[in-house]
Amino acid sequence: MNTFSYTRANDVADAVQNGSVKTNFKFIAGGTNLLDLMKENVERPDHLIDLSRITLKEIEDTADGGLRLGALATNANTAYNQKVEERYPLLSKAILAGASPQLRNMATNGGNLFQRTRCYYFYDLATPCNKREPGSGCSAINGYNRIHAILGTSEHCIATHPSDMCVALAALDAKVNVTGIHGEKVIDFADFHRLPGDQPQFDNILEPGDVVTSLDLPKNNLSKHVTYLKLRDRQSYAFAIVSVAAALELDGDVIKDIRVALGGVAHKPWRIKSAEIALIGKAATVENFKVLAENLLADAKGFGSNTFKIELAKRAIVRALTEVAKAI
Amino acid sequence: MKTDYIGKPTSRVDGALKVTGTAKYAAEFSADGLTYGYVVSSTIAQGTIKKIDLEEALNLKGVLQIFTHENVSGLAWFDRSYKDEDAVAGSPFRPLYDKKIRYSMQPIALVVAETFELARYAASIIKVEYTTESHISDLKENIPNSFKAPKGKVGFKPPVSRGDAKEAFENAPVKIASEYIHSAEHHNPMEIYATTVVMEPDGKLTVYDKTQGVSNCQAYISKIFGLSAKEVRVMSPFMGGGFGSGLRPQYQLFLAVLASLELKRSVKVSLTRQQMFSFGHRPASVQQMALSASPDGTLQSIAHTAYGETSMFEDYTEVVVNWSGLVYQCENVEQKYDLVKLNTYTPLDMRAPGAASGFHAIESAMDELAYALKMDPLALRLKNYAERDQNDKKPFSSKALRACYAEGAAKFGWDKRSIEPRSMREGNNLIGWGMATGSWDAMQMKATANAVLTADGKLTVGSGTSDIGTGTYTIMTQIAAETLGLPIENVTFKLGDTLLPEAPLEGGSWTATSVGSAVQSVCTTIKEQVFKLAKKVKNSPFANADLKEVNFDNGEISLKLNPSKTLSITDVMKQSGKVSIEEEATTMPNPIHMLEYSFNSHSAVFVEVKVDEDLGTVVVSRVVSAIAAGKILNPKTARSQILGAVVWGISMALEEDSVVDNNFGRFINHNLSEYHVAVNKDINDIEVIFVEEKDDVINPLGIKGLGEIGLVGVAGAVANAVFHATGHRVYNLPITMDKVLGLSE
Repeated sequence: MNTFSYTRANDVADAVQNGSVKTNFKFIAGGTNLLDLMKENVERPDHLIDLSRITLKEIEDTADGGLRLGALATNANTAYNQKVEERYPLLSKAILAGASPQLRNMATNGGNLFQRTRCYYFYDLATPCNKREPGSGCSAINGYNRIHAILGTSEHCIATHPSDMCVALAALDAKVNVTGIHGEKVIDFADFHRLPGDQPQFDNILEPGDVVTSLDLPKNNLSKHVTYLKLRDRQSYAFAIVSVAAALELDGDVIKDIRVALGGVAHKPWRIKSAEIALIGKAATVENFKVLAENLLADAKGFGSNTFKIELAKRAIVRALTEVAKAI
Repeated sequence: MKTDYIGKPTSRVDGALKVTGTAKYAAEFSADGLTYGYVVSSTIAQGTIKKIDLEEALNLKGVLQIFTHENVSGLAWFDRSYKDEDAVAGSPFRPLYDKKIRYSMQPIALVVAETFELARYAASIIKVEYTTESHISDLKENIPNSFKAPKGKVGFKPPVSRGDAKEAFENAPVKIASEYIHSAEHHNPMEIYATTVVMEPDGKLTVYDKTQGVSNCQAYISKIFGLSAKEVRVMSPFMGGGFGSGLRPQYQLFLAVLASLELKRSVKVSLTRQQMFSFGHRPASVQQMALSASPDGTLQSIAHTAYGETSMFEDYTEVVVNWSGLVYQCENVEQKYDLVKLNTYTPLDMRAPGAASGFHAIESAMDELAYALKMDPLALRLKNYAERDQNDKKPFSSKALRACYAEGAAKFGWDKRSIEPRSMREGNNLIGWGMATGSWDAMQMKATANAVLTADGKLTVGSGTSDIGTGTYTIMTQIAAETLGLPIENVTFKLGDTLLPEAPLEGGSWTATSVGSAVQSVCTTIKEQVFKLAKKVKNSPFANADLKEVNFDNGEISLKLNPSKTLSITDVMKQSGKVSIEEEATTMPNPIHMLEYSFNSHSAVFVEVKVDEDLGTVVVSRVVSAIAAGKILNPKTARSQILGAVVWGISMALEEDSVVDNNFGRFINHNLSEYHVAVNKDINDIEVIFVEEKDDVINPLGIKGLGEIGLVGVAGAVANAVFHATGHRVYNLPITMDKVLGLSE
């Protein structure tokens, strides 16, 4: 195998310090994605900095009535945490729609954000891929792109972000708490991941050495009418073709708050806040949901084998919202 | 009787070994000084290797050698040396033979190092330069270059037409015509292909290989490397799934033996999951079906054309279209089967090869015809029920397909079905009921078994067959134990070793019949000998008895008419002063029966699906599979085989798809994350029915194989159920949500 050094970080400061002095390194926590990528030679770090012993596993209330999820709490412990289940059921549902129990037991909340795309070409070293090897070209655009993006694509990359959890985090307006060389910062979830543009090698906006320490979920009234609808090519253990994280706050049948984020369609969870705001104060009807769906997909572009996703995503949005509007 | 095991649900005799991890698989064997090989695969589909730079890799400490076409020589020259028992027409692939690349992921080098990790790393730094030529990978586009499928593969019968299907079609009042496209599928057994070659101190090779035929591999190696059979022992005690992928020697066997002989070391070569997509697979196919009938449903014509892919170097054939001419009564049948050469590895038999693809088309077309006739799909099948083999004009040795239809339909509740599509609904789901027929050959091959009965009453039976997870160990133990009337725990069955008598390849659903017959025969011979001895012992109660007049049960011989008169087998051995009795027997099918009869198993599959009307997602909520396959040796393992086959069928219908990227001529979803096979959550109720089918002709045991039949009708039944649910017929597999919604083809 490729040789690499392994360092165990004792705390966040230690991790940041290590990150500041090393080049071509990767942080590792659960390792559920990184180790696979290393075995396939897609990732070839010279150094691994292990975060898994740092005590960032708590899930606790925040002063403003929200919830803080430790970056190293596992996906399983998060999904089955009573506070998460009661106050943010959308997040539980999304986490449990992904991977398998074994993976969720290993995978961490912070690590989930750093999953890399499942693009076939990204994984296959025999084919060009701008995300893996900038400048080599994108094989998916004119290739087989069933699992690829229809929104926010560029001529350089049409990969999707594979996470389910992140789709719910986007819908819930989560904040990402980060510690880096220059101190702490808070990033809106919507800004955390980026679109491919002409630098598809970068999945997010973090600086080298930045460590995600926790995720904050702000207080909301979105625990009653929520669903995570995941459409995939088999009923478990497959990545989303299209997924919808949907949440409503209703007053009678009037929409007080609405969140819709899409997975499987873009380089990041896809949300258009203005399309949601347009529905506030309106009735929770199929017609209104259709308007939202059209708005969310207005700029969608298919590449052949994924073109069906445009219509499918619209239908999924309407279905998800109709279901949650019905729920009591 | 206490030791009657045939027909009784018997737990696997190797179950404990498997669940405790004691059963060893090819990659789990070790040896002193074992070295590790790692295969380098080509990244292009057609062209030549211009330069292969090994320097950096060879300089790594611990890398022993890197084998490429540039340094491998002295191998056999002629194609016949590379032909194996399951070879097809053409020129078998020779690993590392020359600089030509004929398909993507072709093995081009083997790195051998002291550790696996080192070999893998070294492989990653080898630099290969190619001269790339344009490749051919799109089956449909290349149909104009198709040619008639040649003979060459054992068991392949070119299709034969009869009557005038064209004219009958023209003149018929009711007709349908449609096209079906299947992409390739890969076997993807859980166990990855691997070979461990142990170089023994005397220079002989002990080869642990993942294979469905140890003798096939022994002969292959011997011929290529110029070794005698005595110098190569091939063993394969356990297999983590085969499904046909182990019928031909895989290239890791060749490479491991080559390296071992060159380096005089023990070598293990294990492929990666990605490399499991670098050899045989179920071929992609394009099928065209045209059916016509009179208004009462009587078939007027069947026309079935299939185009299958094959490699640039061999012509793989399977029986795809002949089933059309076999299963239904029809005077006018046109059957055509052509091949198209692509830059791919030669396809390979995969569970119910040909039938799984062919029946999907035939049974979908029959369903379509039923709707055109406004007739119940099952009634249409019964209307055209073939009492005799329509291709060969022969009677079947047995055919209880009517019972499959009747019992399957009753269990499923088919009589409550409304014919109209979209007539059943539950919330967002449209509910559909579909059915299909299936058939497979009930073949028997020549097989040999030996047996040793020792004075302690223990019996060891052996034959060089394999158990790919189907239960061979168990059913052979049952047959042997019952034949000699021994408690099952006193019987051991051995397989997967070239030191054992030769058995046919484990495939084609013929292992139970072939090896089972040999086991029964050799145990009967031993029984006769024991009885001879029993007659001679002092004061024998059987002195004047005939073998027919006694029972062998629970280790004892007793008079049928006076069961209190007994002698135990151990007593007989002791009193006769016998340490052991050893016998060998070879059986083969009755040649006269072979000429007079056709031998087939049959099935009727009934499926319920729930299809989300808006989202196109399909759930198979219920399956009833009724099987007619002669006497069932072990209802427990038999049921498991059919359950597994139904799961496979659901997977084939809805999920499995080896996607070729035509820009690269390469399977692009080559891992188990993106090549979807059914998972637990995809599977709901499956009911298996074995209908009574007595067959006195086929073999003394009255049995037929079960390996393939459970799969054959499933995809068609699922497709038909989806049509019944939605009113939209999806012709191409897999039936994914986008196709159901009509958003993709």
